Amino acid sequence: MKPETTIAGQPASAVAGPPLPVGYARRNYINAKYGAKSWLLTLDHKRIAILYLLSVTFFFALGGLMAVLIRLELATPEGDLFQPDVYNRLFTMHGVMMVFFFLIPAIPGVLGNFLIPIMIGARDLAFPRLNLASWYIYNVGAVMAFWAMLHGGVDTGWTFYTPLSSIYSNTYVVVTAVGIFINGFSSILTGINFIVTIHKMRAPGMTWFRLPLFVWAHYATSLIMVLGTPVIAITVLLVGAERLLHIGIFDPRLGGDPVLFQHLFWFYSHPAVYIMILPAMGVISELVAAFARKPIFGYAFVAFSSVAIAVLGFLVWGHHMFVAGQSIYSGVVFSVLSMLVAVPSAIKVFNWTATLYKGSVSWDTPMLYALGFIGLFTIGGLTGVMLATLGIDAHVHDTYFIIAHFHYIMVGGAIMGYLGGMHYWWPKITGRLYPAFWSKLSALTVFIGFNVTFFPQFLLGYMGMPRRYHSYPPEFQVLNVMSSAGATILAFGYLLPLLYFVWSMRWGPRASANPWGAAGLEWQTTSPPPTDNFHARPVVTTPPYDYPEPAPSEEEVPVVA
Amino acid sequence: MWPNAPLFPEQGSALAAEVDHLVLFSLLGSVFFSSLIAVLLVYFAVRYRRRHPDQVGTVVHHSWKITALEITWSVVPLALMLVLFVWGTRVFFYQNRPPADAATYYVVGRQWMWKIQHPEGNREINQLHVPLGRAVKLLMTSEDVIHDFFVPAFRIHVDVLPGRYTTYWFKANRVGTYHLFCGQYCGVEHAKMSGQVVVMEPSAYEAWLAGSQGQPPLASGEQLFAAKACNTCHRPDSAARAPVLTGLFGRPVSLADGSSATADESYIRESIVNPAAKVVAGYQPIMPTFKGNVSEEELVLLVSYVKSLSPAPEVKK
Amino acid sequence: MSHEGEAVVGLHHQFDTTLQQKEAASFGMWLFLVTEALFFGGLFCAYTIYRWSYPESFTAASRTLNIQLGTFNTAVLIGSSLTMALAVRAAQLGKNKLCALLLALTILLGAVFLGVKAKEYADKFEHHHVPGPTFHFEGEGASHAQMYFCLYFAMTGLHAFHMIIGAGLLTFVIVQALRNKYSPSNYNFVEGVGLYWHFVDLVWIFLFPLLYLIGRHH
Repeated sequence: MKPETTIAGQPASAVAGPPLPVGYARRNYINAKYGAKSWLLTLDHKRIAILYLLSVTFFFALGGLMAVLIRLELATPEGDLFQPDVYNRLFTMHGVMMVFFFLIPAIPGVLGNFLIPIMIGARDLAFPRLNLASWYIYNVGAVMAFWAMLHGGVDTGWTFYTPLSSIYSNTYVVVTAVGIFINGFSSILTGINFIVTIHKMRAPGMTWFRLPLFVWAHYATSLIMVLGTPVIAITVLLVGAERLLHIGIFDPRLGGDPVLFQHLFWFYSHPAVYIMILPAMGVISELVAAFARKPIFGYAFVAFSSVAIAVLGFLVWGHHMFVAGQSIYSGVVFSVLSMLVAVPSAIKVFNWTATLYKGSVSWDTPMLYALGFIGLFTIGGLTGVMLATLGIDAHVHDTYFIIAHFHYIMVGGAIMGYLGGMHYWWPKITGRLYPAFWSKLSALTVFIGFNVTFFPQFLLGYMGMPRRYHSYPPEFQVLNVMSSAGATILAFGYLLPLLYFVWSMRWGPRASANPWGAAGLEWQTTSPPPTDNFHARPVVTTPPYDYPEPAPSEEEVPVVA
Repeated sequence: MWPNAPLFPEQGSALAAEVDHLVLFSLLGSVFFSSLIAVLLVYFAVRYRRRHPDQVGTVVHHSWKITALEITWSVVPLALMLVLFVWGTRVFFYQNRPPADAATYYVVGRQWMWKIQHPEGNREINQLHVPLGRAVKLLMTSEDVIHDFFVPAFRIHVDVLPGRYTTYWFKANRVGTYHLFCGQYCGVEHAKMSGQVVVMEPSAYEAWLAGSQGQPPLASGEQLFAAKACNTCHRPDSAARAPVLTGLFGRPVSLADGSSATADESYIRESIVNPAAKVVAGYQPIMPTFKGNVSEEELVLLVSYVKSLSPAPEVKK
Repeated sequence: MSHEGEAVVGLHHQFDTTLQQKEAASFGMWLFLVTEALFFGGLFCAYTIYRWSYPESFTAASRTLNIQLGTFNTAVLIGSSLTMALAVRAAQLGKNKLCALLLALTILLGAVFLGVKAKEYADKFEHHHVPGPTFHFEGEGASHAQMYFCLYFAMTGLHAFHMIIGAGLLTFVIVQALRNKYSPSNYNFVEGVGLYWHFVDLVWIFLFPLLYLIGRHH
């Protein structure tokens, strides 16, 4: 590997013991200052990333717990575990927690925050105080939603359709809506921070087309955060205003249109799903390049496809409303646009796959997650094309087919991308390595558990099982039991990283600067990095993913069985 | 085809078969592409497995061939998707355009039950009996939140909205009993808002009609028309202050602002709850609104009554 | 807000030059204003749809608004944008006292605006034009007048809330100006607040005709 900058010499420890790996830093951003105040009032983007890690993990666990309870109930056709209104609160809070307090903030808040300044060669984000404020704002919103949950929760579904949410529900809709509203500011401020940072703070020589694809993905994500989030903000505000102040914008008794709510809601919530998946796609680009040890095939196409997804993603919201009462001609327009938005995603999948051709493919854990992502995202995406087809959606709308589709993308895609990224950058973030065996086992367990949980749901949906049903006709039981069994396996797969990551902090071997032999500015600095990220300001002169050419003899290496 | 495949619901109508064909086509495409990717991923991961720790991959340098490849694998999937789009749109239009000779049934959804009224006047709760082979059009509205009328055997959902009529139609081609589900989350007992659609031989249906309870709508609609004092203004004599309703249904109406509207069910319903919206040319806007003074079910009865004052439309073959 | 160890006073450590810092701050504020445009946009979208659906009700309801007060308020806000712009210029020239004075004038004009708005809201209460169980509207166009008033209160209420936040920001800037903080190389924050204030003014420039002037040309 040819580093572009020198790593200021970190002398091997003078204390007796095994020599520390080259590039491991004893003094780093983690121990630069001690004390709770130095963490809670930090302006260091890396510490803020750790703060986000703690918050999102907590809310992921909460959302996951609700998922477990849902699947327990659904193992039998009768509603025998929970009262129907309790079940309704469970699936609502599962959706709210997972969407707003995990999937949207996780990769940008943890990996984006940590890596973007380093990847572009900067000392920090453009607005460090705003970054810290984003984390606090996130927590205020999350605590409000959590409070609502502890006091009985909300039972409208995370989609808050009116007039159920604005008039008929007797639950803590306003508190949850305000929590989501406040959380939206966290998203907006993070998006502003990333956009300004990427435009203004790149190191000398870091041109746009030398940026890692992870950065391109977060740039596109930030565009969506900035343009879309305000619309959900006003929408939930209006639901709250209708409940509290009788401002009945969606009230049919005043001539209001409940379908207007759906338009406004989905105008954000569809692009929101791209907020959830684009960062994961950015992670996958990094993983595939690193673990095939070559540049991503079709770099420019992949970079532009992120922006294309962001733009096209704003034009397709009506595909959630094909049977909602909108004109069938609107349906036609939204259908064809939805097919169009599938194209840039397909471009990514093909380019990632092509990168492996003549690569040097390692089977380390991050690559296992990347391979799993590509396969599962493809399935999820193709079922999305089926749903964009009007004649099909009319049948499977609001059934378990939809649930399976979006879980393939969100769990099989986004969460696996998140875990893959965590496994890849963990040595950089913490300076520690985790056990390879257990991590590979967890990747396999997650993959298998995921498919056993969600594949049957495609079948259930086509057979006609509607979503948000707490009891169902007995002919649906077999597939439901399979799905619940899979959920147990999946839960185990998620528990494992929690255990070995925590273990690694104390007992894991220390990591070198570049344990994977990967390209990228983050691997040119120590593990963990110093507070200002680099010991000397990088100057970039090479393309991204600048791996050396293989020696001539290597290309003809025969296949060894 | 394969009407009894265990993973497909029963095909209760010709449309259901069409939807199944569409799905199979898209499934074929999906299985093909996902298998292709899966196979390639596994093959490349094995064939190009890293053999020693410092081994790097081989860069494929940019050339026109790469650009051509990128364009090909963008355009080909897009073309396939457009085929799916066209086919799906055709099916969707068929799903949403009831034939002119369809018999109109009224559905009122409310938390958490379905109230159904036949054109012959019979009323049902959570069940819909229909004769085999007849085109059935459901005019649906909700008394409270948004519901959704979903019969898996017919392969469509349509949302049921408050303040509006939405339309669902089907033509059952197999005798049987099919699930009816509420397909839009509507509150506590959403999962229990289910019922059946019972498709019967026409003779059995006639027998059922005769045997089941219910007043003919014409009488009760007519009674309501008098009880709500509609007939004070809507009278056939020339001193009437309001348009004559006999023969009105289905005809175009000239409005005061110069535009025109067709006097269908939605127009009649709107004229009762929001008369100012469409004032007929030549009349004063003096009709009071009945919003709040008439329930959805009463509206259904009144609309049926007004409809009954016009001859039935000619049946087109 | 300088920190110890800064190479240049007022230059935050993540930036290389003051120009970079200034451009970043400006860019950030413009992006924030884009989000505000989309935020109000949702309400404008609802307004457009309902006005198109219920033109008579909207016209009738709009006629009940006091056009003199509305016009006066528009002039007041435009005036406050003038004083705001002059204040930014003063900060840019390092004239902190003048800046503080102009900002105080801006707040004063904003307060006048809010005072007039309060009077208008009080009138609505009196005439039972507040949406809810007490709502009552007679005459032509009564059928959907309440929807107009829902939008009236939502839009002007949100606007007023933004003005109150603006007043708070202005107060903070006045305090900073009285401490002589601003200079040609350090006035980003004043400019940012100025941009925000102009944006809030711009929203009103759209609200005024949409709410007060429906059908007035007849």
